[in-house]
Amino acid sequence: MRLFLLTFLNGLTLAALYFIVASGFSLVFGLMRNVNLAHGSLYLLGGYIGFEVANSTGSWYLAVLAGFLSMAIAGVLLQLLVFRYMEGQELRQTLVTIALSIILADLMLAVWSGVSYQFTPPAWLFGATPMPFINAYPTYRLFTLAAAIAIGIALWLFLNRTRIGIMIRAGVDDRGMLSASGVNVQLLFCVTFAIGAGLAGLAGVLGGSALSIAPGEDIRFLLASLIVVIVGGMGSIPGAAIGALLIGMTEQFGLAYFPTYGVVFSFLVMVVVLAIRPQGILGRA
Amino acid sequence: MASITDETAEKKTSPVLPSLLRGVRWYHVVVAALLLIYPLIATDFWTVQIGAQSLILGLIGLSLMLLAGYGGMVSLSQLTVAGLAGYLVAIFGNAEWPAWLMLVGAVSLATVAAVLIGWISARTSGIYTIMITLAISVAFYYLVLQNDPIFNSFNGFSGVRPPEVFGVDWRAPLPFFYLTLAVVGACYLFVLYLSRTPFGLALQAVRDNPRRMASLGFNVTAHRVAAHGVAGVLAGIGGVLLVWQNGQISPGSVGIGPVIDILILTVLGGLAHPVGPFIGAVIFILMENFAIDLIDRERFNTVIGAVFLVIVLFSPDGVLGLWGKLKSWLARQSARNRVDQW
Repeated sequence: MRLFLLTFLNGLTLAALYFIVASGFSLVFGLMRNVNLAHGSLYLLGGYIGFEVANSTGSWYLAVLAGFLSMAIAGVLLQLLVFRYMEGQELRQTLVTIALSIILADLMLAVWSGVSYQFTPPAWLFGATPMPFINAYPTYRLFTLAAAIAIGIALWLFLNRTRIGIMIRAGVDDRGMLSASGVNVQLLFCVTFAIGAGLAGLAGVLGGSALSIAPGEDIRFLLASLIVVIVGGMGSIPGAAIGALLIGMTEQFGLAYFPTYGVVFSFLVMVVVLAIRPQGILGRA
Repeated sequence: MASITDETAEKKTSPVLPSLLRGVRWYHVVVAALLLIYPLIATDFWTVQIGAQSLILGLIGLSLMLLAGYGGMVSLSQLTVAGLAGYLVAIFGNAEWPAWLMLVGAVSLATVAAVLIGWISARTSGIYTIMITLAISVAFYYLVLQNDPIFNSFNGFSGVRPPEVFGVDWRAPLPFFYLTLAVVGACYLFVLYLSRTPFGLALQAVRDNPRRMASLGFNVTAHRVAAHGVAGVLAGIGGVLLVWQNGQISPGSVGIGPVIDILILTVLGGLAHPVGPFIGAVIFILMENFAIDLIDRERFNTVIGAVFLVIVLFSPDGVLGLWGKLKSWLARQSARNRVDQW
């Protein structure tokens, strides 16, 4: 029972992180049909930059902000310098982002070497919160969960209640019609890319505090984003939430109960979903 | 009427082999002859580490070219299929299976895996294929890394040797090179032949316009899955050769790095023609071995990533595409010269 509850909470925490990373990935894909396979690199780079900021200023909050802002800028640069010139050429965009992620991973290894780094979150997030049945659970992990829910609600409000959010949703449905009705689509792309990439950087700091940041984490979170978004459906934020929950839970329960086959279960979930609904649980065909 | 009967008569007298020979040019003969005498003049390092390695990686790239160039499906799981075959050879070898059973078992199980991957990814199309196959190959990497009972986790298997058949030590540089050359050459000719069969033509038509092919009564999904199966055979053979050459296999051999390397070298050479992956593999391996002279060995990935970026940005058809552009430019120049002289 205790193992079950602990695994359940661990699954929720992991799902929270996956959701923050994957919702950005999904948003960018949904609007721009743009597969950014460098998304994992943005996560890791955001984490490293956040770490540097935390190290020099001593403030964890500034680190979170730096992770978000630096990657948001990186996202805008990517859109302006690369993707704008190859609109509609999906394969080329994908190959370019693969090339970028190789270069980024290698340069990050050169700068921050192979050591793993850990953040020190503020004191009130440190320690454990008393819980029924399992005695206590790390406060920080509960905070991650709360942060993911807050980000989810904020994204939902942004997409459904603001003018620019409505434009983004219109763009997901029909990009040609949107630009025909006089919307500055390029600006919209920049905003979307900034949010998507920024969320990856933010997750880098949050995840770096819950787990740690080290080379290889970029691949891990890219894989997570891919599976979450394939399972949940491209371009759908609720889909990303469902996918993240499913994959986070599957991974943690797999690890807890069948340690050497953990990853097979996430993969099986993906296969089953693709067999029944090729477009993902909440995806539109 | 006469011409029709002539054609059928000709077809009857020309089975597969002459139809293959019809396209042979002088440079094909030169390349084949050079490949045959190459190990006799090269050192062991050049024979195995450069020569055989290029052929093997080129073969795995060829399986990707078959899918991407003819089928329009860019798959990132070809090295995973090859790695599975390699792992199976090592596992069956440890279980001391007879050589033929080991080979047939490894390649056919890898093919089954490739068909499954094809079936999963062919349900969606376009850019989803690349994402799903990438997810599969990363998942396989984590599986072999975590799994102890079957895949021996991060240690993998070492001391894998080709079986001694006909009293020849196939691990020795010369026999290994010729074995690789024969196998890879046969696969290459097979792909050339396949591209002109009804199946190959239908596959290319499915790439160009799946909807029209479906309305003509072709089963689009079946063609795609079958292409994955054929490519799986090629990749599986490549994986067996690869594990024999390296003598070991571990999670690092099927990690994200080598997976992407196959994509890089295939795109580098050119996706449009079966010879592309081999050209790409030679360039890639030469860079891998000699880029250290120019830069720090540690930063090889930055260099290869940058080369890949430049190729993707400026010549999506790779080196072959550059060659094509150069040829048409030269043709235009000489045409202009002729006009000037006139």
